[in-house]
Amino acid sequence: MVSFILKRIVSGISVLVAISFFTYCLLYFSSTNIARNILGEFASQEQVAAKEVELGLDRPLLVRFFEWAGQAVQGNFGASWFNSEPVIGAITTRLPITLTLVVVAMLCITIVATLLGMAAAIKRGWIDRLVQGAAVLGDAIPDFVLGIVLVAVFAINLHFFPATSSISPDAGMNAWVASMTLPVIALLINGVASVAQQVRSAVIKQMERDYVRTLRSRGIPEWEILFKHVLRSAAPAALTVLSLKFVGMLGGVVIIEQIFALPGMGALAVQSTSMGDIPLVMGVVLYTVVIVIIVNLLVDLINGWLNPKVRVS
Amino acid sequence: MSMIQPDDLVGQTGTVVRSHPVKKILKNPMGLASVVVLLFMVVLAVLANVLAPFDPNFADIGKTLSPGDAVNILGTDSVGRDVWSRLVFGARTTLLSALLCAGVAIAIGLPSGLIAGYYGGKFDGVSNWLVNVLMSLPGIIVLLTVRAAVGPSVWISMVAFGILMAPGYFRLTRTAVQSVRNELYVDAARVAGLSDATILSRHIFSVVRAPIIIQTAVICGVAIAIQSGLEFLGLGDPSVATWGVMLNEGFKNIYLSPVLLVWPVLAIGLTIGALVLLGNAIRDALEDAEKIKAPKRGSNTAQAELATTRHRPERTISATVESGTEHHLVKVSHLGVGYPQADGSIKKVVDDVSFHVDRGEVLGIVGESGSGKSQTAFSILGLLPDNARIVAGSIQFDGKFTVAPTEDRVSQARLSEFRGKRISYIPQEPMSNLDPAFTIGYQLVTPMVRVLKISKAEARQRALKLLDDVGIRFPQKTFDAYPHEVSGGMAQRVLIAGAISCEPDLIIADEPTTALDVTVQADVLDLIRDLQKRLGVGVILVTHNFGVVADLCDRVAVMQNGRLVEDGDVREVLRNPKDPYTQKLLGSMLEGKEPMTMLVSAGMTAAEAAVRDDESDEKELAQ
Repeated sequence: MVSFILKRIVSGISVLVAISFFTYCLLYFSSTNIARNILGEFASQEQVAAKEVELGLDRPLLVRFFEWAGQAVQGNFGASWFNSEPVIGAITTRLPITLTLVVVAMLCITIVATLLGMAAAIKRGWIDRLVQGAAVLGDAIPDFVLGIVLVAVFAINLHFFPATSSISPDAGMNAWVASMTLPVIALLINGVASVAQQVRSAVIKQMERDYVRTLRSRGIPEWEILFKHVLRSAAPAALTVLSLKFVGMLGGVVIIEQIFALPGMGALAVQSTSMGDIPLVMGVVLYTVVIVIIVNLLVDLINGWLNPKVRVS
Repeated sequence: MSMIQPDDLVGQTGTVVRSHPVKKILKNPMGLASVVVLLFMVVLAVLANVLAPFDPNFADIGKTLSPGDAVNILGTDSVGRDVWSRLVFGARTTLLSALLCAGVAIAIGLPSGLIAGYYGGKFDGVSNWLVNVLMSLPGIIVLLTVRAAVGPSVWISMVAFGILMAPGYFRLTRTAVQSVRNELYVDAARVAGLSDATILSRHIFSVVRAPIIIQTAVICGVAIAIQSGLEFLGLGDPSVATWGVMLNEGFKNIYLSPVLLVWPVLAIGLTIGALVLLGNAIRDALEDAEKIKAPKRGSNTAQAELATTRHRPERTISATVESGTEHHLVKVSHLGVGYPQADGSIKKVVDDVSFHVDRGEVLGIVGESGSGKSQTAFSILGLLPDNARIVAGSIQFDGKFTVAPTEDRVSQARLSEFRGKRISYIPQEPMSNLDPAFTIGYQLVTPMVRVLKISKAEARQRALKLLDDVGIRFPQKTFDAYPHEVSGGMAQRVLIAGAISCEPDLIIADEPTTALDVTVQADVLDLIRDLQKRLGVGVILVTHNFGVVADLCDRVAVMQNGRLVEDGDVREVLRNPKDPYTQKLLGSMLEGKEPMTMLVSAGMTAAEAAVRDDESDEKELAQ
């Protein structure tokens, strides 16, 4: 078990290094006009040159990368080139908003999709057709289009929710709920439908397994067979889809935050990449990759716990 | 790479599955609707120059945010550009960019998947690592970075996104190729001296074509979504008219002119929706085609004959009058079991079967596969599949109806009083009948806790004793093991222990030895006989093997094509079979074969035999 986790951590770090290097190389090509952008168009040529030296833009790619990486390993990710805000600080003030959105949406998806998917698999009939139809619809409508429609209908026409919100971490619970409801809905609709579909087919597959019949023959109550045995065996398939949804959602939330004017990681990503603020971009990319790696590790651990066969190998 | 165009697409599926599914796609209302929508969008894109009255970037500053009129049929945007013209040219850019993305993804994913799947080795390892890296990257963040590096070009971001989407094709192709690589016909082609390239293109490419078309429909949808999303963020190229740019423009003016949002939202929603639906329609069409090819449930000559004698769904209530006069442990009267067919008829798999079993008695039900013997057994257990119907007859257990003469289903409520408590079941295939996720101990203890209402500790004691009783040498070790850690013979012993754990009156054993090695078969039969004698239970033994019947049973019932052709005392039937089918079965069974009992050397007890079985299991457990 320990060696499995260690292995995964090592491979996670290798991915992290590869992605940082690749991103850094990409950004190298964008850094031609950064000094000029920072200083404004009225700065003299000498000032621009001095700024470039200050930022290290005059040095070769590899030197810059290793310098950055050396600092990053010690936990120092530098500061924004444009407003000198420390990268860590910029991320930690915005992270709660994004994580709240994504985690709440993922929790809702997991619970609702599991119940719907099981109901569809067991009851069949109308609820099955509903889930199947919703899954197709959910796939067909991109979440940001749904977000736009939600804003147009519920915020601007009906005034149920604030259309745009500028919540701060210390805003009251009500303000959070009011400004988070629509974005969370926009994020989760698509996921609920497709995960429910996955749960449905996995449960149907498990219900046909021989051991379910044997458990019934032993006098085990039906609810126990469903929730303890069938759901457990059906979970890995659903978890894989959930983890993919999660990665997709980290991207999707960028646009959703923009639609609802939420000052989260998405806003930071858009702003830093459009200005070429390399330290910030690197920070955003690293944070995203680390979260994805952690989630994938968790999924593997849960799968191992659910399925003893995986655990052994 | 013009895969997105529906006419092209249809042509391609046609070659894969022989024109059949194309009609199916078009007959499916969803499929037809999606093809129509996509065709419409393609026409817009192709004829943009003709259909659009204005250049997409021509701005009439004097006429901004105007509603539709004769000149600008859909109105103008905030700088006075014609919305209709932009929509039409947007279709071109958007569809082309989606194709570009899919093209790049295919160009990378397909060949690498083919090579990785066919040759494996280092290339496979490296590409898998790369795929994992790519799949853990959120697309938008990467595209934002790419944009920061090379500027706001629709085409470059779509190439980048194509690279990100390549793993989808890679995995698809790799899995398909791996599953085909070791098929006999590929081996045969290799032996015949065909080059790898020929094999790849001729045999393997045909397997992956259909899934790739489906994947392409989906990827095009995702590409349109992500591209529009980027442009919506204001990160697109403002000089190129696309639906995403229009979306951005509309959202900026959502308070002034909300209708500006409607057109791009509609265009994007409809196109992506159509692509997803088309993918689904193709998948459905292909699955249907497979279903028709696949053999129907339990299809063999016996059932095919039965199928000709189809009955309407009505129950026959006749001939149930004489039931219930004498008392038996289980009494099956004129039982009929059937499955509703698509045409409304019912296909009978069990027809007018009657027999009874008493405590302390072993009844063998013999017949070839498809004779309805297992269906009969499952009717008694109430474990028929959901779609099965009791079309005739009744079943009584200890004088109570579990299937009353007028019901078309087994009463789960009445049966749950008995099942697990007084009726138990030994399945055919030991490994698949244990839940792989729980220890053997858990699966023995829980039924006892639920059924006998005893404490876990007590159940545990009993489980260990039971494991010992069924001849397992190290009960504690087996108790703690997971099903995949024991051998088939051991698993069958565990299942037998489970079957007797709640002290049943009747055990139904469905071919309990068929899946086991020949030597283990004899041991398991001995075990069943020992337990039956010791516990005095009634046993229904379902088997196709007359040797087993001769060995174990007191009475025998012979089934053929769902009907009972002969029943009686075992010795009587064996010595003097009346029905020609029984004679045939016996003839095929005994000719030149030794009876099963001879496999266990004389004087060897079940326990001794068990030790022999366990020794091999010990080795497995120790590993």
